[in-house]
Amino acid sequence: MKKNESYEDLIKGIWRDNPVFVQVLGMCPMLAVTNSAINAVAMGGATFFVLVGSSFLVSSFRNWIPKQVRISCFIIIIATFVTIADYTLLALVPKVHKELGAFIPLIVANCLILGRQEAFASRHPTRLAVLDAIGMAGGFMLALLSLGAVREILGDGALFGIKLFSENFDPWIIMILPPGGFLTLGVILLFFNWIKFKKDEFLEDVAEAERSGS
Amino acid sequence: MTAGANKDTTAPSSLRLVLTLAIAGLVSGIAIIGIYESTLPTITANKARELREAVFKVLPGVSQMQALVHREGALVVVEKPAKDEPVVYGGYDEGGEFVGYAMPAAGPGFQDTIALLYGYTPDKKLVVGMEVLESRETPGLGDKIYKDASFVGGFSALSVEPEILAVKKGTKSAPNEIDAITGATISSKAVVRIINEAHSAWFERLPASGAEPEFVGVESVGNEADE
Repeated sequence: MKKNESYEDLIKGIWRDNPVFVQVLGMCPMLAVTNSAINAVAMGGATFFVLVGSSFLVSSFRNWIPKQVRISCFIIIIATFVTIADYTLLALVPKVHKELGAFIPLIVANCLILGRQEAFASRHPTRLAVLDAIGMAGGFMLALLSLGAVREILGDGALFGIKLFSENFDPWIIMILPPGGFLTLGVILLFFNWIKFKKDEFLEDVAEAERSGS
Repeated sequence: MTAGANKDTTAPSSLRLVLTLAIAGLVSGIAIIGIYESTLPTITANKARELREAVFKVLPGVSQMQALVHREGALVVVEKPAKDEPVVYGGYDEGGEFVGYAMPAAGPGFQDTIALLYGYTPDKKLVVGMEVLESRETPGLGDKIYKDASFVGGFSALSVEPEILAVKKGTKSAPNEIDAITGATISSKAVVRIINEAHSAWFERLPASGAEPEFVGVESVGNEADE
């Protein structure tokens, strides 16, 4: 039972409550930096580090932080992790850091991260909070990567900088421009809502059948 | 289990609130200083290496460089130019012979500032190379100013007299003309304008050909407190 619960906390962020496709959070970095798969991975990695780190600390100190100042404390913790991520990326992968530019410091304002602290980490034991953060950040990264991959393949004919098609492929430049982000995201959201609709329909049918059967 | 603590109805004292925030701020500050201090050497080294690579790229045949600034009417060698002081880089071959200047220049592009470095040989009065250091030009169109090999290659022997002109692709007829990129005319013209402006700003300050500062073996690492 206990094991199932923590598994559920880990897995829910990846699919059922995916922060991007279901909760529609963190749209700003989502649309801005997904013009190539590598940028998406770097952004996802930075967010992962920040979310897991802050969830761990917030959950560990949840009984010491008075609730009147909790949001300020969360922001201080998040901002510290963001600064660490910022300098680490600048030192290790300056090229990627240049591409992501202002969007690394803006992780502080990513509502996904503050939302998880307020809604989950500050109310649950550390172990569950970390699992939840890993799941949510994993789901966010997956979403960024799928968007980044689609946009890079169509807009540049490449994936992770490796050319996929022959010279004859004419890249859809619009896909790596901002409108491409909105188009791709729209199509993916449509797909997720369609799945949800079908599932609800199916559950209704089952319930109907059970009622008439009994 | 500790749900009671969260639902505490009596408000904690102001002192406790202030102390909590003060401690959080202090710990955060220490962590940030720590990460800043530990990554700074790598970041500075990266910047210096990028600059060296760019200088060697725009000046073929160069293997040593030093920073030059214009002070009191002459170009002098400095180890660390002062903050925001305009600087050019002198490129020298293995024997220490002067080859040319690598000139940093920047100006408005189509979307944001384009920063670039170009190589200039005063004896032939030619631009011999151009490297874009920073730009946010449109991906797929404007970014060809550094991705399009034929455009970048066009700067390998370009006369600056009377000034560089960007012309429609395929119509280059004089040594001071360069083919603009189809679909990125504004970005191409911006690059040309940036070089022209930098050239006219520096032209008066450069010493006569043959009287360039000699190589003294001072490696430079960009402007002081360059952040």
